[in-house]
Amino acid sequence: MKRIYLDHNASTPVREEVKQKVIPFLGEMFGNPSSRHKEGRVVRVAVENAREEVARTINASSREITFTSGATEGNNAVLRGYWQSYKEREKKNHIITTAIEHPCVLTTSQKLKKEGFDVTFLPVDSVGRISLDELEAAIRPETGLVSIMMINNETGNIYPIERIGEICQKHNVLLHVDAAQAVGKVPVDVKKMHIDFLTLSGHKFYALKGAGAMYTKWGRWIKPLMTGGHQEKNRRSGTENIVGIIAIGEALKLARDEMDADAVQIKKLRDYFEKRVLDEIPYTQVLGDPSNRIYTTTNISFKFIEGEGIILKLDVAGIAVSTGSACSSGSLEPSHVITSMNVPLEDAHSSTRFSLGKQTTKEDLDYTVDILKDTIATLRSYSPLYDEFMRNQQKGE
Amino acid sequence: MEYTEKVMEHFLTPKNVGRLDDANAEAEIGNPACGDIIKLYLKLNEETGIIEDISFQTFGCGAAIATSSMTTEMAKGLTIEEALELTREQVADELGGLPANKMHCSNMAADALHKALKEYQEKHPKK
Ligand SMILES: Cc1ncc(COP(=O)(O)O)c(C=O)c1O
Repeated sequence: MKRIYLDHNASTPVREEVKQKVIPFLGEMFGNPSSRHKEGRVVRVAVENAREEVARTINASSREITFTSGATEGNNAVLRGYWQSYKEREKKNHIITTAIEHPCVLTTSQKLKKEGFDVTFLPVDSVGRISLDELEAAIRPETGLVSIMMINNETGNIYPIERIGEICQKHNVLLHVDAAQAVGKVPVDVKKMHIDFLTLSGHKFYALKGAGAMYTKWGRWIKPLMTGGHQEKNRRSGTENIVGIIAIGEALKLARDEMDADAVQIKKLRDYFEKRVLDEIPYTQVLGDPSNRIYTTTNISFKFIEGEGIILKLDVAGIAVSTGSACSSGSLEPSHVITSMNVPLEDAHSSTRFSLGKQTTKEDLDYTVDILKDTIATLRSYSPLYDEFMRNQQKGE
Repeated sequence: MEYTEKVMEHFLTPKNVGRLDDANAEAEIGNPACGDIIKLYLKLNEETGIIEDISFQTFGCGAAIATSSMTTEMAKGLTIEEALELTREQVADELGGLPANKMHCSNMAADALHKALKEYQEKHPKK
């Protein structure tokens, strides 16, 4: 059966050009880039070219880029590294982050809080926005770091990093940005946005899983997470994941040229899909900030039902999506992103994320709408909440 | 999500779904906070105490729907006393097992069954 993949925020397929690019590095180009012989040197050149591509994509210098195993590592490295480096040096032990960060920032901050770090978690409004006034008001003399994601993986909301960067600069606070969902899809400029630390992840932009990069503004050195050899200028020890790194370079080189066209093309498809769902399926609502969202993503709640049933049924019909529902995550609680927006629990449980990619077609989406209509109607026909609602409706009439 | 084939079968084509108009016992269990609400409707023979018909409505995940369906299948035809012995574990076993995190919160239909039967017994004391 043909599969329709609408879960690009979870991970993207590896694109063909990237695959071709890395094949030699699975074969004859196997050397260790730290080695001085020819086998090592050719790989070193490829790694440094990839670093240059990352730097160019975010308007940084190569020397500010460190390769990592992904955004989870990058975010841990920044938060834990900051904690190690700055708590003593400058006595700035307060950081500000938000309630809607990815778990790798949220749980890490919570862990550091237990160790004595002072952390403020900014709340969000009903569409997931943070208040810049609240952010500024939360800054104190001991505040050293603000950590905010550029694009939320669940809602697709885009956060105003440039304005946040200005606030941070004004108060002499460092800015860390988790840009895992942004790099490769929207323009990112660490200088214009006044960013001190930024993390990205290859598998979100058609490169490989298990490889990412972090930007550290020149001079903002923090203690490394990994110690050992002197790879990555001592900022990240361990022999480089050369295949993952080279994939990142190639994927970003291509992404830079395609970004503008994607933003038009994929947005058109997303808007078309979203409108059809809202028009054709009653009691349905978009979660997130419709006026400030990445063009790939729509998060929709279908009242009266639970999200796991939706993904199971779509999966059987050949469609891959994801849900913020409690039951599918294993955590037994609905997504922290959706609940922090004060979405009523009955709606939070059915939050379903559709994230489109470069391969998505209108036909895919038409088929998805057809299946979805059927799925929602069926699951609602099982639901006591829907039955009760419909009976009350009839009584009212 | 490691659902067995049997769970998927009962989730995709559940048995005995919907309201039972001539029910003489019913019970609801769960709440939206935990993500599962199960409502059972029973038609009991007032002479024999046999469950002649039973149906469910469920708001919940795949496991919640599958266990509801299976519970109704297993309870149909039993007497009140027999049905009071039906356990969650038997329901899970009949489905070929459930993922560990689903055992507790998404396998409540047997509890709803017991609740409905006990309420029925209170209203219809044995002569
Ligand atoms: C916003 C955000 N941050 C961090 C991560 C973690 O990235 P990685 O899978 O590279 O560890 C993800 C992806 O799951 C993400 O969406």
